[in-house]
Parts: sequence; structure tokens; C-alpha cells
Amino acid sequence: MYSPAIVAEAMLNGLLTGAVYALIALGLTLVYGVLHIINFAHGAFLTCAMFAVWAAHSVLGLDPYLAILPLTLIFFAIGYGVQRFVIGPASHGDDGNILLVTLGLSIVIENALLAVFRSDTRSLSTDYSFNVVELGPLLISQARLFGLAGALVVTGLLWLLLARTDTGKAIRAVAKEKLGASLVGIDVRHVYAVTFGIGCATLAVAACLLMPTFYVNPRVGGAFVLVAFTIVVLGGMGSIPGALAGGLVIGVVESLCGLFLGESLGQIGIFLIFILVLLFRPTGLFGARA
Amino acid sequence: MKLTAELNRRTILKGGTTALAMIAAPSVLRGAEPKPIKIGILQPVTGALAMDGEFGRIGAELGIADINAAGGIKALGGAKFEMVFGDARSNPEAGVQEVERMQGEGVAAIVGGFASPICLAASQAAARYDLPYIVDVGVSDQIIQRGLKNTFRFAPGFAICTRAAIDNLVRINEAAGKPARTVALVHEDGLFGSGLAKLMATELPKHGFEILETIAIPTPSRDLSNVTLRLRSLNPDLVIPSTYYGETVLLARTMQQQRVRPKGVYSVLNGAASNMRFVKEFPEAADKIMDCNHWHDPRNPKNADLRKRVDAAGKQWNYNTPLNYSCVALLADAIERAGSADRAKIIEALASSTFAGHLMPYGPTKFVDGQNQGAAPVSTQVQDGVIKVVFPEAFSDAKPVFPVRA
Repeated sequence: MYSPAIVAEAMLNGLLTGAVYALIALGLTLVYGVLHIINFAHGAFLTCAMFAVWAAHSVLGLDPYLAILPLTLIFFAIGYGVQRFVIGPASHGDDGNILLVTLGLSIVIENALLAVFRSDTRSLSTDYSFNVVELGPLLISQARLFGLAGALVVTGLLWLLLARTDTGKAIRAVAKEKLGASLVGIDVRHVYAVTFGIGCATLAVAACLLMPTFYVNPRVGGAFVLVAFTIVVLGGMGSIPGALAGGLVIGVVESLCGLFLGESLGQIGIFLIFILVLLFRPTGLFGARA
Repeated sequence: MKLTAELNRRTILKGGTTALAMIAAPSVLRGAEPKPIKIGILQPVTGALAMDGEFGRIGAELGIADINAAGGIKALGGAKFEMVFGDARSNPEAGVQEVERMQGEGVAAIVGGFASPICLAASQAAARYDLPYIVDVGVSDQIIQRGLKNTFRFAPGFAICTRAAIDNLVRINEAAGKPARTVALVHEDGLFGSGLAKLMATELPKHGFEILETIAIPTPSRDLSNVTLRLRSLNPDLVIPSTYYGETVLLARTMQQQRVRPKGVYSVLNGAASNMRFVKEFPEAADKIMDCNHWHDPRNPKNADLRKRVDAAGKQWNYNTPLNYSCVALLADAIERAGSADRAKIIEALASSTFAGHLMPYGPTKFVDGQNQGAAPVSTQVQDGVIKVVFPEAFSDAKPVFPVRA
């Protein structure tokens, strides 16, 4: 039906798109793994970050790739602040409340963005937006290759952070046993906020990698976050390698389904996987916890 | 309890004072000028359609300003138009609420609506009060198929647009020596895109075109690389996209990146192809894209003047602007001929209108069952960063560049 070259290129496209999905899922899975909350505001924060990249480029003339560092720091601070001063205090220790608080936050953020930026779709153009890397018959978007590289680097850094640093140890301790962690002197509220901050920081990176080729409007985050939830379930709730592998798998599945079934039905594959995983392996590919 | 009583007393006092003032003042106020005619302008200026609503609003505002500056409605002693603006908030329910409010304020007619669902609901609401309603853009043909006596559509609807789109395409292709034969349709999977694609798929083969594939895409789409891949393998002469703004931009950019270069991209009622923002932001991706859509008549010098004023106001220009300007002028002409702001008389005058003083590439106005038979879309093409009218020749300000590549 399609020549092997096209199928190969579709798979490659899927891998590259999947890498960015993975990056978005990374923050979600980390926050779930530690705070045990499903962050409904994840998509809204992503939209925020994408608008920040857009604004940095069109107002300050800052290149999206150069914006990674400052925006990561800013979004870490925002995430830290939101968890420490909004979600934490508002939840009163009840997970059900947290769910609703994040849902409320997403509605507030989305409408605030709508009020500030209106509902226009915006995109930015850089000199290299259209650059491609030629690999034999394949034309690979340079921006997407950067996306893949960015996702791999962030995953690696995050893994190092969790495995090798004291902060990482504290995060893991809180994730495993909150009470025990606080007994040995770990400031649980601080660790919660740091984790949430890291979750937002990964979104800032994802936004910087997306914007050279993608567009933003106040509702755009929703398109990514649904996929991110599926990836988190597929990879195993709270698992970082799981998020990466899950993202890549979902990307390829979506791409191939899109190619063979049509773009409108491309999502079927994703949600089929979602249902199958929930039925047969609820812990996900890399989920150890029962 | 006490607070309520106090508030009531205050309200009554306030109301009473106003009433007193009105009784005391009229001999002075009314004598000087004829009573203004209230005109309802309905546009979605918040929500998803805010961008288009603003284009329409400024057109209507300038239209009203010009009628007033020219001395108002002469048949009514120079009565001025007074705008009652309503924000349809991008949904039909809000549109209906605003019609009710306008009815409460005693408007003589309503102009606008923009989106088909808003136009459908708002004109229906206005029909209950026999309130004349002039639809500006809404292309759904259902708008004029309900037998509502109060509803008039000045612009072309879906049936007229698609027929013209196919005719124009066939003639542009013939004039160039028939370089294009194979077609790929890319459409959004909602009512608008699917309906259009289905029509194209049945009509185009009758003119010797071969439809290679019909590709549906969702709105929003995250990625159109695969669509572009399929286009590259199909290698069609023509790509016909019927998609909204975001997806059209994404498709054009991805096609540019993946070096998919058909002989032409010919869109119909597209969300981006005749939008100045797309052309400004992505001049390379937008270059030579054609669109069959609403557009102003470039040969009418009044458009250049109007555009200068829109630019001076710091606003963007789009077809909605001259269209709403023209709708207001159409209404003024009807009221002038009716010699009255009476709703039934305005409806009668609109139904028999032959108004030709508009800014659009239309013939004289002639309403049949509420649809202006003089209305037609034009085929535009992005040429060197400017949107030019390339067909029909009577209104064109440039020749079509087709095929774009041999």
C-alpha cells in the first residue's frame, strides 16, 4: 500500500513526535509518583510555557532554544510556588481535594490566557524552522531531531538527579514513605514543591522544543496532555524510563495509525493501548508498584 | 432586609429623577434633531471567534460613522444611526441573549453574526419580533432555507461559494492549458470540511479531474508530517485544503519543509489562505496559495480609503470589514427607500433592494428567498506577500500564477 520508505519515515516521525510526548509525560509521572496526585493543570502549564516561549521570541527576540535555560528556571519557580502556596494549603491533606484544585487551576489558567492573549492561534518563525536533515531518501525535520535530543538529555538529567543527589534521595524517600521521610528530618512540603517545580520545568523545555514548528492558542495544551496521561499509564505510573519508552511507543503507534487509518482515526491506536494496558497490565510496562 | 429596602428606595429615587428629567427636557432636546435610529451590531468579539468578530465590528462602526457623516437618513430628516453593540461571545446562546437585549433597546434592525451557528440562532430570535436581520458571513445554507421573512444574507453562501470555486478552478486551469489533472483533498473532519470535500469529490471528476485521495484531519492536529508524506508519495498536481487557520498553517509549513511542491494549492473558504496574518508571518509557506473566499473588490477605490482608516486605527484588515461596512450601507439604503424605521417597511425595502453602492465584488443586490443573488466569492492568490484577486477578471488586480511549477 505504501512504499517501505514512507512507512519508515512515518515511524521515524512517530519516534520524534513521541520524544516530545515523553518529555511532557515525564513531569506528569514524576508528580504522580511523588505526590500521588493526578495533575489536571499539566496541560494548562504547558500552554503557559508555550505562550512564554512565543512572547520571549516575539517581544524580546529570544531564540526558542536559548529560552530553555531562563524559562526552565522561571517555570521551576512557578511550579514550586504553586505547589507550596496554592495546591498544598488548599488541599488540606486530602488527595481528592488536590484533584479538584488542579482541575480548578487549569480552568483559571486557561481563561487567564484567553483574557490576555485572546483566542488567536499564534506561531513563531525562525530561520531554521524549515531546515531538514537529509538521510538518504528521508527528510528529517531538524527541529524534531533537537526535540528528540532534548527529551533524551532531560530524561538522563532527571534520572541522575533522582539517583545521585541528596534532593533526589529525599524525593524518592518521600515518594516511598511520607511519614518516615518526615521522621528522619526531610521537609516534606519542600520536597513536594520541588517535585512540582521540576514537573513544570520539564514542560518549559518541552515548550521550547515544540514552538519552532508548532503553534499555540489557549486550548492547545489539552491536545498533548491526554496523550501524556496514556503514556504515564503505559509506562507505569511514576516511572521515568517508562515515560520515555511509553512516549516513543505512543508516538510510533499514533503515526502508523494515522498513516494507515487516516489522521482522524490516528488516536484510536493510542486509546486502544490505554484500555489494553489497564486490562492486562495495570502497573504498566515499567511499573513495579502493585 | 433593611439594606434591600434602602436599595429599592434609591433605585426608585434614581428612576424618578431620570423620568422627571425626561419630562422636563424633551422640548429642548427633541426639537433640535430627529430621533436617532438604533441599529444592532452583533459580532463575537470574545471567545474562539474574537479575531473575526473584531474585523466585522470595525467595518460596521466605520459604516455607521460614514452614514452619519453624510447627513444620516435624509428621508427621516437626517436621522442618525446609533449603534447598539452586542457581543455574541462565540456561541449561539449568547447571540440570542444579545438579540433579546437589542429588542429591549428598540433597534430597527440587526447586522452581523459571523459564524453560521450564531447567525442561525440570532436570526431565528429576531424573527419572533419581525426584526430585520442582515447576515454578514455565515455560509451555512440552512440560514436562508427556513423561510424566515426577516433574514437576508448579503454575502454568498456555501452553495454559491463551492459552485464558484469549482468553476473558477476549471477556468483557471483551462486558461493555463490544463496543466493540473490529479487532486488530493485535505479536509478537517467536522461538518464544514467534510461537506466541502464530499462535494469536491463528486463535482471535480465531472470536469476531468482525478481525485487521488481524500485525507481527513482532526482539529486541532498536533502534527501533519504523515499527511505530507502521503502527499509526497501521491504527488498530486493540486492540493485542495479545507481546514481552519492552525492546521492550514501547519500543513503549508510542513509541505514547505518536506519539499512537497504541487502545481498549485487551491483552497476553498479556508481559514488561513486569505488571512493577512498568515501571509505576514510565513511569507514563504503562504506564497502562491490560492483561495476561493469572500474578499473585497480591489478595483473599488473606496476600499483603499477604508483600509487606510482601518490601518490608522491600528486594526487588521480582513474581508469581514468591507463586508460589514457594506451590510450597514445596504440597511441605510433600505431605510432611506422605506422612508421609515418601521420594521415591516424595512423588510419590504430590503426584499426589493437593488443596492449597488457596496465594496464587495458583487453585482447589484437582488434578494431571492433572503439570499443575495448578486453575491459571489472570488479566487485570491498570495503573490509576493500580498493577497491579490486573480479571478474572475472583472474584479481581478493580478493574473493567476498557475501552474506554480511546471
